[in-house]
Amino acid sequence: MSSISLSFELAGCVAVILLLTGMPIAYWLAYSNWRSKFLLESIVALPLVLPPTVLGFYASLAMGPRGLLGKLWIALFGHGLAFTFGGLVLASVVYSFPFAVQPLIASFEGIDRKLLDASAVLGAGRWRTFRRVILPLSLPGVVTALVLSFAHTLGEFGVVLMVGGNLAGVTRTVSIEIYDHVEALEYGEANQLALLLLAIAFGVLCLVYAVNRRVWTPAWLRWPGK
Amino acid sequence: MTFKRKIVHSSFTLLAISVFLFTESTSARAQEREIRVAVAADLKFAMEELAKEFESQTGTRVEVTSGSSGNFFAQIQSGAPFDLFFSADVEYPRKLEAAGLVGPGTLFEYAQGQIVIWTPADEPLDVSRRGWNALLDPRVQRIAIANPALAPYGRAAVAALQKAGIYEQVKTKLVYGENISQAAQFAQSGNAQAGIIALSLALAPGMKNGKAWEIPAGMYPPIEQAAVVLKNGKNKSTALAFMDFIKSASGRKILQKHGFAVPAEKQQSNDSTLRGSSRPRKTESKG
Repeated sequence: MSSISLSFELAGCVAVILLLTGMPIAYWLAYSNWRSKFLLESIVALPLVLPPTVLGFYASLAMGPRGLLGKLWIALFGHGLAFTFGGLVLASVVYSFPFAVQPLIASFEGIDRKLLDASAVLGAGRWRTFRRVILPLSLPGVVTALVLSFAHTLGEFGVVLMVGGNLAGVTRTVSIEIYDHVEALEYGEANQLALLLLAIAFGVLCLVYAVNRRVWTPAWLRWPGK
Repeated sequence: MTFKRKIVHSSFTLLAISVFLFTESTSARAQEREIRVAVAADLKFAMEELAKEFESQTGTRVEVTSGSSGNFFAQIQSGAPFDLFFSADVEYPRKLEAAGLVGPGTLFEYAQGQIVIWTPADEPLDVSRRGWNALLDPRVQRIAIANPALAPYGRAAVAALQKAGIYEQVKTKLVYGENISQAAQFAQSGNAQAGIIALSLALAPGMKNGKAWEIPAGMYPPIEQAAVVLKNGKNKSTALAFMDFIKSASGRKILQKHGFAVPAEKQQSNDSTLRGSSRPRKTESKG
C-alpha cells in the first residue's frame, strides 16, 4: 500500500509546485502583448506531444554525474538526483507542466478585460487586481489546473520508469507497481491497484467537469463577498 | 466544382486501393522470407549478429524485438505474432509449453548467462582488481541490478551478493532496472556508480570501455536460458531452421563470443572447449 501513499505524496508536491510556478507564467502568457510569446507557449505545450521516453532520456542524462543538473546536485547534497524522490518531483513538474498552465491561461484569458480596466481605474495595482478580481473569477481554472496536474502525475509511468530505479517507498509509484505485478503475472494484485487508480481518475475528472460546468460548487470555492 | 471533387475523390480511392494491393502483395511475399524473433534484453547484441549470419546463409530476414522475458511471456499468451521466443530463463518457455503454445519438442536451452560487476570508465573504482570490495566503497552510492522479482539476472545478482556475504551491507544501495538492459543503462549513464549486469551486455558496443569483474560462476544459480518455436508463428519451417542454426557450431560460437556459456553438444566429443563457464573469461578492462 505504500506505493499508493507515495504516489499521492508525489502528485501533491507536484500539483502545489506547479500551481505556484504556473500562475505567474500563465498570467504573463495570458496578458502579455509580446509578439514572440508563441515560442514560450510552444515550450509549455511540449510535454503534451513528446513521448515520456524523450523526457526520461534527457532527464536521466541531465541528472547523471556528467549532466549539469546532476553535477550541481552532487555539489549541493553529495548525491545524484536520479533514483531520489526529489528527482521524480522535478521530472514530474516538467512532465505535467502544460496540465497546470493551460487551464490557467484559458481561465485568465476568459475574464472580461473591462473588469480589469475598471479595477485599474479604481486605483488597484496589478497584484491587488490579480488577488481581488482575476483569482476569484478564475477559480474553476485554478481547481482544474490543480486537479489535472495532480491526476496526471498520479498516472505518470514512463518517466518514473526511466529515472526512478524502482525503490520501495522512494520511487516505486503505483503505476510502476502495477507494471511489476503484470510482469510477475500477479494479475489479481495488478487488478486491485489498477481498479483503484481507475476509480480515482474517474472521480477526479468528474470533479473537474462538474466544477467547470458549475453543476456543483464546493463551499470552499464560493469566494467570500460574492 | 462537384465534378472536380469527384475526380479528387476517386483518385484518392484509387490511390488507397493501389497502396493496399501493393503492401498486401509485398507483405505476403516477405512473410515467406522473414521470421519474427522475441529475445530477452541480454541477448540483443548476440542476436543481431546471429540474425545477420543467418540472413547471409539463407536469405531469410530475421526481425528481432528485444525486451524483458516476462513481458514477452504475457504478449505471447495474448497471441503476439512471434515465430520464436528466446527467454532469459527456462521457466517462461516451460509455462508456454504447458499452455500448449509451443511447437512440441522445440524447447532448447541455448545458453547460460553470466554476470559481472561493471563500473563506468570514469569511475575511480578499480573493480577488476577489488572485486566485491569495490561495492563496499563509500563512493558507490547506487548499485544497479535487474528487478529480482521479474528478471533472472536480478535474482542471480542478489544470490551472488548473499553468497559473498555483503547483501545486507549493500541492500540499501540497490536500484532496480525493469530488465537487465535498463540496469546496464543506469550504470552506463553514471546514475548508478556500479551495476551487476550480464556479461553479454558488458561486452556490448556502448559498454566495452567500462571496467568489469566477472563473478565466479559458482556464486549464483546457473542462469539457464531457453528458446521455443511458437505455434502462433507464421513460418514454422524457417523458425525450425533458425533453431538448428542456433544449435550449430557457428551459432554457438557467436553466442560464446557475446559472453554466453553454451551447452556442450552431445554428439560432438571435442566440445568441452566450448563451455565458457568452466574457465575464467578475461573481460576487457578499460579501452
